[in-house]
Amino acid sequence: MADASHGTPGTTIEFGSPNELVDEFENPGIPPHRPRLADRDPRAEKRAERQVALLFTISVIGTVLFFVGYFFIPLNDTIERLRLQNLTLGLGTAFAMLGIGVGIVHWAKTLMPDHEVTEDRHDIRPESDRQDAEQMVNDILEESGIKRRPLIRNTLLGAVLLAPLPAIAIFRDLGPLPGNVLKETLWDTGVRLTRDPSGTPIRASDVTIGSAFHVIPEGLNEVEDMLEEKAKAVVLLMRLDPNDLNPSPGREDWGYDGIVAYSKICTHVGCPVALYEQHTHHLLCPCHQSTFDVEQEAKVIFGPAARPLPQLPIEVDDEGYLVASSDFQEPVGPSFWERG
Amino acid sequence: MSSSTATQDFVPKTRVGKVTDYVDSRVGGSSLVKEFGRKIFPDHWTFMFGEVALYTFVILLISGTFLTFFYDPSMAETEYDGSYLPLRGVEMSVAYASTLDISFDVRGGLFMRQVHHWAALLFVAAVAVHMLRVFFTGAFRKPREFNWIIGCVLLILSLAAGFTGYSLPDDLLSGNGLRIIDGVMKAIPVIGTYLSFFLFGGEFPGTAIVGRLYVLHILLVPAVILLMIGLHLFLVVLHKHSQYPGPGRTNTNVVGYPVGPVYAAKAGGFFFIVFGVLAAIAAAFTINPIWNYGPYDPSPVSAGTQPDWYIGWVDGALRLMPGTLGNFDLEFMIPFPWGTNALSLNVLIPALVPAIILFTLMFAWPWIEGWVTKDTREHHLLDRPRNAPTRTAIGVAGVVFYCVMWAAASSDLIATHFMVSLNDVTYWLRALVIIGPILGFMVSRRISLALQRKDREIALHGRETGRIVRLPHGEFIEVHEPVDDYKLYTLTSFDSPRVSQPTPDENGKVSRLDKVHGRLSRFFFEDRVAPVRPSELAASHDDHHDEVAGTKDRESIASR
Repeated sequence: MADASHGTPGTTIEFGSPNELVDEFENPGIPPHRPRLADRDPRAEKRAERQVALLFTISVIGTVLFFVGYFFIPLNDTIERLRLQNLTLGLGTAFAMLGIGVGIVHWAKTLMPDHEVTEDRHDIRPESDRQDAEQMVNDILEESGIKRRPLIRNTLLGAVLLAPLPAIAIFRDLGPLPGNVLKETLWDTGVRLTRDPSGTPIRASDVTIGSAFHVIPEGLNEVEDMLEEKAKAVVLLMRLDPNDLNPSPGREDWGYDGIVAYSKICTHVGCPVALYEQHTHHLLCPCHQSTFDVEQEAKVIFGPAARPLPQLPIEVDDEGYLVASSDFQEPVGPSFWERG
Repeated sequence: MSSSTATQDFVPKTRVGKVTDYVDSRVGGSSLVKEFGRKIFPDHWTFMFGEVALYTFVILLISGTFLTFFYDPSMAETEYDGSYLPLRGVEMSVAYASTLDISFDVRGGLFMRQVHHWAALLFVAAVAVHMLRVFFTGAFRKPREFNWIIGCVLLILSLAAGFTGYSLPDDLLSGNGLRIIDGVMKAIPVIGTYLSFFLFGGEFPGTAIVGRLYVLHILLVPAVILLMIGLHLFLVVLHKHSQYPGPGRTNTNVVGYPVGPVYAAKAGGFFFIVFGVLAAIAAAFTINPIWNYGPYDPSPVSAGTQPDWYIGWVDGALRLMPGTLGNFDLEFMIPFPWGTNALSLNVLIPALVPAIILFTLMFAWPWIEGWVTKDTREHHLLDRPRNAPTRTAIGVAGVVFYCVMWAAASSDLIATHFMVSLNDVTYWLRALVIIGPILGFMVSRRISLALQRKDREIALHGRETGRIVRLPHGEFIEVHEPVDDYKLYTLTSFDSPRVSQPTPDENGKVSRLDKVHGRLSRFFFEDRVAPVRPSELAASHDDHHDEVAGTKDRESIASR
C-alpha cells in the first residue's frame, strides 16, 4: 500500500471495490459563490463605478491627444518630428482604446453578476435526426435517378473531371519558359569590370593586395532589365598574393597577377556573398553563413552551400583595364534542375 | 387570414422598441437573441489566445485597408522625390516609393504601418499559442477534430499572409527574402525552375511579383482566412466551448458566464485592450524601418538581418543544413539520357522536411492519438497537460525542435552578441536540433509524472501549511491540512488510460497492426500515475500517517 500510495509508475493499483467506476469521488457541484467587495459594500460599488467612468474619460482624453498630434505636430522632413508625431498619435490611440477596453472589462468584473451558470450540452447529432436525414438522402438519390442511370453518372463524372483543366492551363502565361537565360550573363569577352554601382572601370593597378571590389559588367546600368541582369552578373574582385592561389589545371590564366573574380551570388539560395575576410581570404554569405575559401577556388569550407562560387575568367586590355575573357563557364547562383 | 389574429399582435411602445420590432419582424432576430443572448461560455485565461488571434485579424483588416488607399503595388522605376532626404533622387520601384510616402508624407501613415506590422507578428503568435493550448489540453479530441484541422489551415494561411505582406514594400530586406524563396523554389526537382519563372513572371526579380503578392495578400489569403474563421466559430458554437475539469463541470454541461452581459462585455472590451496594446507598441517601437535599407538591389546585403519571427524556423533550418557531409556532396548531379540534372538536397531537405514533419504530425494528431487510445467518446472536458504526460512530452519535443531551428535563424547574432565562434554556434545547434527534442520529451514527461504524483500527495495527505508543531511527546510534525471537496475533485477527476494489450484472435494470432498498436499503447501509457480513489483516501486516513495531524493531535494543537 505504501508503494502504491506514492503512485509509482507501472504499479498496478487495485482497490477493495470490485467495480472501479463506483470508486470515484462524487462531483461536489459548483463551489459556493463568493461575493465580491462591490457586492457587499455599497461604497466599494460606488468606487468601482467611478473607476469605470474615469477609464472611459481617459479614453476621451486619448482621442483628444490623437488630434493634438495630428494637427499640431506638423511634419517637417526630420525624422525626430515624425517620431514625435507617431508617438503622439500612437499613445492617443492606445489610451482611447485601452480606456474603453479596460473600463468595460472592469465594469464586467466588478459590477455585473459573476454567478457561474450551468447549461446542458445537446447531442451534436440526435439519432432521430440521423434517421430522417438518411431517409431524405436516399429519397433524393432515388428521385435523381443517378444510381439507376450509370450512363448519365459516368459521362457527368468525366465532364466534371475534365472541366477544371482549362482553369489550370490558362495560367500558362504567368511567365515565359526558362530557356537558356539562367545560364547566360552580361559578361563576355572584353567586357570591362566596373565598380558597383557607379560603373567606372577598374585598372589592374587600382587593385592592391588585400583589397576587394564589388563589380558589375560595363553597361549594366543602361540595359532594360537591369535588376535581372545584375542579379546574375555581380562579381567580387580580390587581389591576393599569387603564391596563395592554387588554380587547378586549365584555370591558371583565369586571374591576373593574383587578381581573381568570383560570382557574388551564393550557390546556396542566391544571397549576395558580401563579406570578405581579408586575412583568411574567406568569403562569407551573411544570409546563411556559407563560407568560401578564395585560396581554394572559392571552395565551400562551411555552411549550407554545396558548390564553389563560379569564377569569372579575367584579363587586362590594352589600356590596363580589367576585362572578362569570357562569360562564366557555368551557371551562377542557386542550383536548378536543368543546371546540368 | 383573420382567424390567425386570435392572439393579440405585439405593439411596441418605446422608440427603441419600435425600431427593434421593425427589424425583428422582418429578419426574425428574436430567435437569434433567444439562442445566443444567454448562451454560456466557460471562462479561463487560456481561452484568451484565440480571442487575441481573432481581434488582431480584425485590426489587420482595418489598418490594412487604410494602407491600400496609399500603397501602389507597381514595380515600375521612379525617382523618389518625397520628404525623406537621404533617398531623394534615388531610383526605386513605385511600390517602395509609395511605402516611403506612407511613412513620411501621410499623417498617421507610419503609425498605421507599424500597427499593421506589429499586429501581423502578434496574429501569427496568437494563432500558434492558441494551437498549443488546444494541443496540450486535448481540446482537439472528438468531436473537435475538424476544427483542429481548420486551425492548422489557419496557421498556414497566417504564415502565407505574413510572408506575402512582408514582401510588398520592395525594400532591400524583402527583396532578399524573395531571392531566398526563389532559390528554394529552383531547388524543387523537375518543375522548380518553371515555378520560379511563373511566379516572378520571368527571371528573378522581374516586374510582376509585387503586384501578384499584393493580390494574394489583400484578397485571396484574407478571404480564405475569413471563411475559415467563420467555419471555426460556427463549429465552436455548435460544439459549445470545452471547459477545464473541476467541481460542477461534467462532460455533459457547460459552466460559465452568459454571453449577455458579462461574457459579451469581457470579450468585447478585450478587443479594445488588444487594439490599445498594439497601438502603444506601434507608438513606441519601430518595426521594419524600410527607409534604412534602401530599395531592392541584388548586390548589397547587410549582416545580421533577419526575417519576421514566424519565417525564422525555415531560415534557421536552411542555415543548419550542411552542404557537404565530409567529402559527400548533398547536391547530386544525376545523369539522364537527355543530360544531367541537379538535385540540391542541401536546400530541399531543410526547406521541406521539417515543415512536412511538423505539419503532417499536426494535421494527423487527433487521429494518431485516437487510434492509440481507441477512445471514441466525446470529450468536452479538457486535460490538464500533466494528466496526459506522453502527449505533453511529444508536444514539448515539437516545440523544442521548432525553437532550435528558430534560434538558428539568429546564429550570426548569437555569435556576435556572445562573442563566440559562428561555426561553433552552428555545430551546437545542429546537435541540438536532433538531441533537443529527445531531451525535451524525456524531461517534460518526467515533470508531468512528477506533478501528477504531487497531486496525489496533496489529495491523500493534504496541503502543507508550513506550521511546525511539537507534539506533547516531543515529536515535531508539519501540519498538513486536508484539501476541501472541490479541490479534491479537481485533483482526482481525470482519465488515466491503461496500456491495452493486443488480444489474439481465435487462431491465437496477433496481427501486425495490433502489435504496433500494443507497442504504441505501452509507449503512451506504461508510465502511469493513477488518480486517487475514495477508497484509497479512506485507507490513507485510517493508516496512521505521521504527517497528517490526526483528530486527536489536532485537538491538542488547537487547545494550545
